[in-house]
Amino acid sequence: MEGLEAESRRATAVGPRPLLTVEALTKVYPGGQRALDDVTLAVERPEVVAIIGSSGAGKSTLIRCINRLVEPTAGHIRLGELDLVGLSRRELRRARRRIGMIFQEFNLVERLTVMENVLSGRLGSVGFFASLVRRFPPQDITGAYGLLDRVGLAGYQDTRADALSGGQRQRVGIARALMQNPDLLLVDEPTASLDPKTARQIMRLIRELATERHRPALVNIHDVALAQAFSDRVIGLKSGQVVFDGPPTALTPAVLTDIYGEEDWSQTIRRSDDDEAPP
Amino acid sequence: METATAKRYPEVWRRRTPRETALGWLWTAAVAFAAAWSVSALDIEWAFFADAHVQAFDLASRMWPPRWSYLPVIVRPLIETIHIATLGTAIAVVLSVPLAFLAARNTTANELTWAIGRALLVASRSVNTVIWGLLFVAIFGPGPVAGIVAVAARSVGFLAKLVAEAIEEADRGPIEAVEATGAGTAQVYLVAILPQVMPILIGTTVYRWDINVRESSVLGFVGAGGIGLYLYASINQFAWQQVLVVLVAILVIVMASEALSAYVRARIS
Amino acid sequence: MTAAAYPNTWRPPAFFGSRRRQRLVITGFVLYFVWSIFDLNVDVERVLAGLSRALDIFARMVPPDFARWELLLTGMAESLQMALAATLAGVLLSVPLGLAAARNLAPRPLYLAARGFIVLGRTLHEIIIAIFFVKLFGFGPVAGLLTLAFASGIFLGKMLAEDIENTRLGPVEAVRATGAGFGQTVVYSIVPQVLARTVGVIIYRLDANVRHSTVIGIVGAGGIGQTLSASFSRYDYDFSLAILLCIIALVALGEWFSDWVRRKLR
Repeated sequence: MEGLEAESRRATAVGPRPLLTVEALTKVYPGGQRALDDVTLAVERPEVVAIIGSSGAGKSTLIRCINRLVEPTAGHIRLGELDLVGLSRRELRRARRRIGMIFQEFNLVERLTVMENVLSGRLGSVGFFASLVRRFPPQDITGAYGLLDRVGLAGYQDTRADALSGGQRQRVGIARALMQNPDLLLVDEPTASLDPKTARQIMRLIRELATERHRPALVNIHDVALAQAFSDRVIGLKSGQVVFDGPPTALTPAVLTDIYGEEDWSQTIRRSDDDEAPP
Repeated sequence: METATAKRYPEVWRRRTPRETALGWLWTAAVAFAAAWSVSALDIEWAFFADAHVQAFDLASRMWPPRWSYLPVIVRPLIETIHIATLGTAIAVVLSVPLAFLAARNTTANELTWAIGRALLVASRSVNTVIWGLLFVAIFGPGPVAGIVAVAARSVGFLAKLVAEAIEEADRGPIEAVEATGAGTAQVYLVAILPQVMPILIGTTVYRWDINVRESSVLGFVGAGGIGLYLYASINQFAWQQVLVVLVAILVIVMASEALSAYVRARIS
Repeated sequence: MTAAAYPNTWRPPAFFGSRRRQRLVITGFVLYFVWSIFDLNVDVERVLAGLSRALDIFARMVPPDFARWELLLTGMAESLQMALAATLAGVLLSVPLGLAAARNLAPRPLYLAARGFIVLGRTLHEIIIAIFFVKLFGFGPVAGLLTLAFASGIFLGKMLAEDIENTRLGPVEAVRATGAGFGQTVVYSIVPQVLARTVGVIIYRLDANVRHSTVIGIVGAGGIGQTLSASFSRYDYDFSLAILLCIIALVALGEWFSDWVRRKLR
């Protein structure tokens, strides 16, 4: 299913070089709001990185700057050797095909079927006419069926997206992102629109898939317990700056107070310890 | 003592501020002036109205009884009328989609293309189907082709305006998601936007089709085909009994197409 | 390996229920279009000849000729006057018609007669109505005025009838309960409910009348349409374009005004 190109990409992906480096990234919105202030970080191995912080801390801006859905004001973003900042529209499209994105509101095309939504992850590799008549290469179709099975939606291919529940929609969103066979997964608040139980299932699925495929995932998440349970590393953002970067076990009340402000954190931390161990 | 402790309330309450009242009077004056100007300038010969009811009654009596033997003659032009409406609408649908993307703020290429799109919309919508017919009869000569093109020319703007509004209101989320997969601009429009505006496009098309059947019934007046030519000819020959038959036939096809259109729209929504 | 064998083809589910039905519907449409094109006896040669003639006509249209601006202005003014006067006359006509066509107000036979009249009047195109008024009152703007007044009366009457049928009775009862008389009840409970909407509908109709006033001249009912029709029959294409541009400007202005007023009212 995966071509030579993908194989060689994987070879470089597990190599010693950083997969993703963000250097001195700054974003100032037209209103003057400084959403990101000199953010520097590196993801060096396939790991799940949770980005936590209160609303407005710049989590979403950071994720969206990486595939330039939001245009950075200054700084560099390197995916492997490639600097994403400064790419032309055409080059950017090519680079985006290597980055899968999962959204809070799922962002499926409601009136299309599950299969069409999943296959839209391959739009970059087919021409306009083929996408008009929905003609995708056979290996993409097979891949899409396989992914639907993997995310637990086997048999749902002909269902329209607007007939699905929230958790099912997010599974389609995950399948669409993985359909790109991405080098990197960007995940923007994947559970904020879901109930607690579904949220855990979705987070577990994202983690499993990232591990299976040896791909790093950057996950914005406001739920500290979920971040602790399902990540290998946590980055704390406050007012657009990185104030914490370490393993989830290092999240002490003092650290959380630093990120979020004064609050009683014992409940949060204890609850996450009580939870089942991450798979 | 009671008055001393009581709060003092205003004795006057007005619903409108003086400015609003003045504006209201200004509007009233403008309407009155417009009315006086338009009625006086039209130079109406009031004497005409004196025997209007007699004349109208006279006309009605000359229509009776309807000459049903004329019906077989107008079957073909009636079918032609519906053909003109359908083919014109079909052409309009095909052209309206690209025009809508051109005229919608969020999908047009730049300010210039947007202005061109808007100008085409306004021109198409502001000129009546029959006037378009006048122009296309000059180009293609008399006949249904001019009618079809006229219907298409008027309907393109009608459809494209509503579709463009739907495009501007389309949900940003799926658009962003498809952009994030690295799809090309045309693919984003096709996969993320078009499905969102499809219900509007289909509903408006069906609605416009029944308006077009009504419009096509008079295109013959300027030589653009359909039943209108026969109505016009019958009136000019003072064949009033034929006129009644044609009128009834027009009523039937217009009402039938309206009912069909309403039924289809109820089914799809 | 042991991976499940997934299919390698997929087709979107049928839009019209089953795939068989979808094929049937599509074939039906295609057959209809083929039939209609053959049935119309489209003369391809003439269409092709028309394309080159279109260029010729276009060349003769540009630049538009505004030299006879007085004629143009008279026609435009006449259209506008017809539209304005017809809207006012339509408002007057709509009151009895609307009262008669309100189910909760008029006796059954009157209601049915009024509704029938509305349906008939709405179905016939303005130009058909215009041609009858031209026969009755001769060529000129009076026939046009009457046509538009007739169409407006029917449109506004229908709207009024629906408003009356939809009037909420709560406020009416509340005002009557304070001991108000009939006139006071109407002013304080019904007028506020329907006023803004009614003004909006009237403005909308004024806009529609401006549009229609540009076309009924084709059958001799006055206005700019008559000027346009004459210019076409004299092959005065540069004057025609000037008229067309003025019509577009007038109609666009009318629509903008109508939208503006109705936005203000909301």
